[in-house]
This record gives sequence, structure tokens and C-alpha cells, in this order.
Amino acid sequence: MSLLKRIAPQLIALALLVALVTVFYPGFLKLDLSGGRLVGPMIDVLKRGAPVALLAVGMTLVIATRGIDLSVGTTMAICGAVAAWAVAGGWGLVPALLLALAAGALAGLWNGLLVAVVGIQPFVATLILMTMGRGIAQLITEGRILTFNHAGFAFLGSGTLLGLPVPAWLWLACGLGMAALMRRTALGLLVEAIGINRRASALAGVNATVLLIAVYVVSGLCAALAGIVVTADIRGADANNAGLWLELDAILAVVIGGNSLLGGRFSIIASLLGALIIQTIDTGILLAGFPSEYNLVIKAGLVLVILVLQSPRIAGEWRLWRDSHRASREARAAQRSRT
Amino acid sequence: MNTRALPLYATVVIFLLAYLLCWLQFPNILSTRVIGNLLTDNAYLGIVAVGMTLVILSGGIDLSVGSVIAFSGVFIAVILRETSLHPLVVFALLLALTTAFGAAMGFLIDRLAMPAFIVTLAGMFLARGAAYMLSIDSVPIAHPFYKTLQSAYWLMPGKGRLALIGVVMLLTVLAGMVVAHKTRFGASVYALGGGEATARLMGVRQGRTTMLVYAFSGLMAGLSGIVFSVYTGSGYSLATVGTELTAIAAVVIGGTLLTGGAGYMFGTLVGVLTMGLIQTYIVFDGTLSSWWTKIVIGVLLLVFILLQKGLLKLSRDRLGGQG
Repeated sequence: MSLLKRIAPQLIALALLVALVTVFYPGFLKLDLSGGRLVGPMIDVLKRGAPVALLAVGMTLVIATRGIDLSVGTTMAICGAVAAWAVAGGWGLVPALLLALAAGALAGLWNGLLVAVVGIQPFVATLILMTMGRGIAQLITEGRILTFNHAGFAFLGSGTLLGLPVPAWLWLACGLGMAALMRRTALGLLVEAIGINRRASALAGVNATVLLIAVYVVSGLCAALAGIVVTADIRGADANNAGLWLELDAILAVVIGGNSLLGGRFSIIASLLGALIIQTIDTGILLAGFPSEYNLVIKAGLVLVILVLQSPRIAGEWRLWRDSHRASREARAAQRSRT
Repeated sequence: MNTRALPLYATVVIFLLAYLLCWLQFPNILSTRVIGNLLTDNAYLGIVAVGMTLVILSGGIDLSVGSVIAFSGVFIAVILRETSLHPLVVFALLLALTTAFGAAMGFLIDRLAMPAFIVTLAGMFLARGAAYMLSIDSVPIAHPFYKTLQSAYWLMPGKGRLALIGVVMLLTVLAGMVVAHKTRFGASVYALGGGEATARLMGVRQGRTTMLVYAFSGLMAGLSGIVFSVYTGSGYSLATVGTELTAIAAVVIGGTLLTGGAGYMFGTLVGVLTMGLIQTYIVFDGTLSSWWTKIVIGVLLLVFILLQKGLLKLSRDRLGGQG
């Protein structure tokens, strides 16, 4: 019940958005069953939203520790390149996937060490990999778009399982699994404790350093999965464009999910809804026939609205105004009862 | 010795050493031709890095500059195509627009009390989106005045060409040095970067300073956009993606503390030239791929951040020892 209350704003926003898109494009809600799989614009949203949703899972945890991971987009490019390189080199599917995940974990470990052990601000620490990462990915692909021909690997990007696209299953499983892990154990609470006050949580016995590193590793793993999905979908690794700008979309998804950038309480489910909202906007603009140039401006407006809603200063002033309003009303009522 | 200036010395030493190494391998790299090109090719980066230096000194960050540069180019190109206004008038319009844009972001950062990087992230989306809305295609600029600007240069001894935009960059750095180190506003910026609470107690007008800092960065981004449009002779909404990161890297390699409050404008120029030198070396070598640039810049970034971290610890230990 409390979960429903927590994600109500996101659910309402998503419903309104779907209604709005349906007004402009009546076929949006149409679902068809053809050849054992569901097809329709909404299924497309589920599939295309996979990379951002996957990134949002890791990003939610990082932001909950009062951090930020700017390197997820380039980590996607690196892991996609590794996977494509391994598959094209005839390593087989499972070793290729493991190698790509290992690359993601390594990237996360690097970020985590810089943040938790060296003590660099997260924003700066992940900036280093963000600048270097595309260079590394290009080193792996040797500057080309590395293509491959492997049905099993391509299945991860464009296949269908039980009627739904495989990428949709991937992000659903990853997101719900992580949410369950965080909420069924104390891990979620510990992550929130670090975000609210790292020193205090360390003094209270939380192993903040290890947990911080682990959070960045999870973010790297999520980025690796997203990179695998993107690479498998286009059957090639594009070091220049894979995951470009996606770190921003992932942060936006987390923020739309109502998670504070200042750390603390988080909800992975709400972030996933945020990712769906972003993807519905993207797809909706295309389907409604608006030029896709409007996309960025709409996102900018969205960020602005959320900023105003989250702003500690505005919240403080609003509370002040409300309290003074209530106080004056009570004073008036007291006066009236006296007379 | 002044520990605060140590990163600056390190920057200068690394630049000179790198130049020496390049020179040993390719003696031609010391010619005025190469130096002239180094200044011309990195003019837009140098200008935008001046604005970024001030923002970082104040303890903030401006992620919108790359998009603003692209917007500027498209804006100039479209206005010149659609109207018969003189480019100088268009430049004035554009600079007013980008300055106001920066000021608006500064206002929001201060009033909403939100992290600068998320507010300027919205600005980045907005400016890039506005550029897309003006035109998705690359718009060539055919005004005769642009031809004059592009072909204006001063011949240095050794047949090196010091182009007009290179001179504009050097003058901007000079102006930035005056603003940062010689004015009351500059002192306020340093104070703000050193700590907001202390700055307020010292009488720094926080809101006004924050607004001015981002307005200055917007102005520099606009100027950089003009220079970039002169350099490429066109406006393209997909240009200069990621320039904000390159500018931040240049500022950090130039020895400015990313947490704000310490650094020198001159260091930023050296940082920009160091990055330009890496690119020049890769061109001279011919066998290395251009993506090595990104990796080397990333490594330099890491080295300088670690250096700063060490210096901070050093000065804190010393303060602790005194107290």
C-alpha cells in the first residue's frame, strides 16, 4: 500500500501522458497478437525503453548514496564493444556475455575506488571514465562499427520470449530483482543511510566503503547489460554512438521517479516508471508526427518542473507560507470565538 | 612556497616537457606555423574554457556551454540567411541572448538551491533543442564579412599565421585574468568557491555573484560560438557535442581546483594548449589513431585530480600542525 502511495505521482503522470499521446495518435493503445508475439506502440515503448530502464536501476542506487555516475553511457559503449569483439572472434555466446559483464564490473570498480577510497567527488570521478571511455571503446573496435552474425546474441536485442521482447524481460527482471534484493534485505536501508550521512553510518557500523564500491559496480553491471542489449539490437558495436546522452536520460528517469539528487530514500520501481515516462515521450512525439527536435526542449522543461518541485528552498518557503497562513487563520478563529 | 600555485607550476612544466619531447622527435613542431595553428584550432575551446574557469572557481559547473556554442552557430547562420542584418548586429544580439540565458541559469541555481550541474543540464537540453528547432541541417554562412574575418591574419616571422580568432582567444584570456584576479567581482567568486557560508559572512552577495558568474560563462559560450562559426564557416546543430567536458578537462589540467576557490586563469590557457599539443602530436605522428587523444586527456585529468587531492591533504595537515 505504501508502495502504491509512493509511486502514485509517477503512475498518474504516465497515465496522463498515455492519454495525451492517444489523443494525438489514436492507435497508441492498440495491441495485436501476431505470430505468438504482441505488437503495438506500447510494446515498442517497453522494448525501446530497455537501455534507459536498465541504467536507471544502477543510477537509482548511486544517487541514493548521494553520488552520480556520469560514465554509464561510455561504459555501455565499452561493454558493447567487448561483447561484439568476443562474439565476432568466435568465443561463443556465454564467454562473450561474461566478458562484457566483467568489463562493466571493472568500470564500476574503478569508479567506486575513486569515490570511496580516494575520496574524489562522484561527479568528478566518473567524469574521468566518461572522457576516456569512448577512446577505450574505439580502441577495441579499432574505430570501425564492429558487426557480427550470431543468432543467439541478436536474440537478446530483438528476440521475443512469451510474447514480449527480450529486452523488456531483461529490464523487468533486473529492476524487480534489484528492488526485491534491496527491500527484502537491509541493504536498501544501509544504502539510504550512506546517502543521508556517510560518516554517521560508518560510525554506526555500516561498512560504507565496501557498500559504496558495490553500488558503483552494480551501476557498471547495469550499464554492461544495457550495452549488450543495444549492441545485440543493431548487431554491431558503435563505439561513437552507443549510449550517447543516455547517462542524462538515466539521471532524468531517476529524478522523475521522485528520488532526491541529495541522496537518501529511493525507489527503484519509481525510477523504472520514470524511464517509461521518458520513452513514452520519445515514442509519442514520433508517433504524433511532431518533429523529434521538440524532444530535448520538452525534456528541459520537465527537468525544470522537477527542480522546482524538489528545491529545498522553495519547499521551505512554501512551508513557511502555509504555516503562517494557518497561524493567522487560527488566530482569527480564536478571536472570533472569544467575541 | 605557495602550495596553491603548485598545480599551475606542474601544468607549465608538463606542457614544456611535452613540447620538448615532441620537438626532439619532430623539430618542425616548434615552427611559428604550428604554433599559429595551435592557437587557431583551439580558439573556441580557449574562450569557452575562460568562462568555465570562473564557474569552477565559484564552486559550480556549467554543462550547457557545448550546446550553447552549437546554438550560436545555427542562430548566426539562420539569421544571416533569412535577414539582411549585418553580422556585427547579429553578434550583438547573440551575445545578449546567451548572456541572458546564462544569467537565467545562475538565477535558478541560486533561487532553487539545487546542484549547478542539474540546472545547467536542463540548459544543455534547452540550448541543443533550440538549435535543432532552428535547423537540423548544416547551414553555410556566405556573408562577405565572414570571408574578411576568416582571411584576417598577422604573419609571424617564419611564415606562421596568427589568425584573428587566435588573437580573440588570447585577448579573452587576458580579459579573464583581469576579471578573475583584479576585480572585486573576481574576489567574490574566489570567496564563494572557498565556502558559501564564509563568503556570506564576508559580505559577498551570493545571489548576485552566482548570477553574474553564469552570465559570464554564457557570454563566453556565445563568443566561442561566434569564433567557431568563423572557424567552420557554417552553423550546425550537432556540432561541439561534449565540448563542455573538454573545457572542464582543460580547466582542471590548467590547475584549477574542481571544488572551487583556487586556480589561475593563465593555467587554463596552458591546459588548452596542452590538449591541442596532444592532438598536434598525433597528427604529426600519423600512425596513432585520434581516439588516443581522449585516453591521454583522461589520464591527464586523473593525474591532476589526484595531485589536487594530495595538495589539499598536504595543506590541511600543515594547518592542523599549526593549530
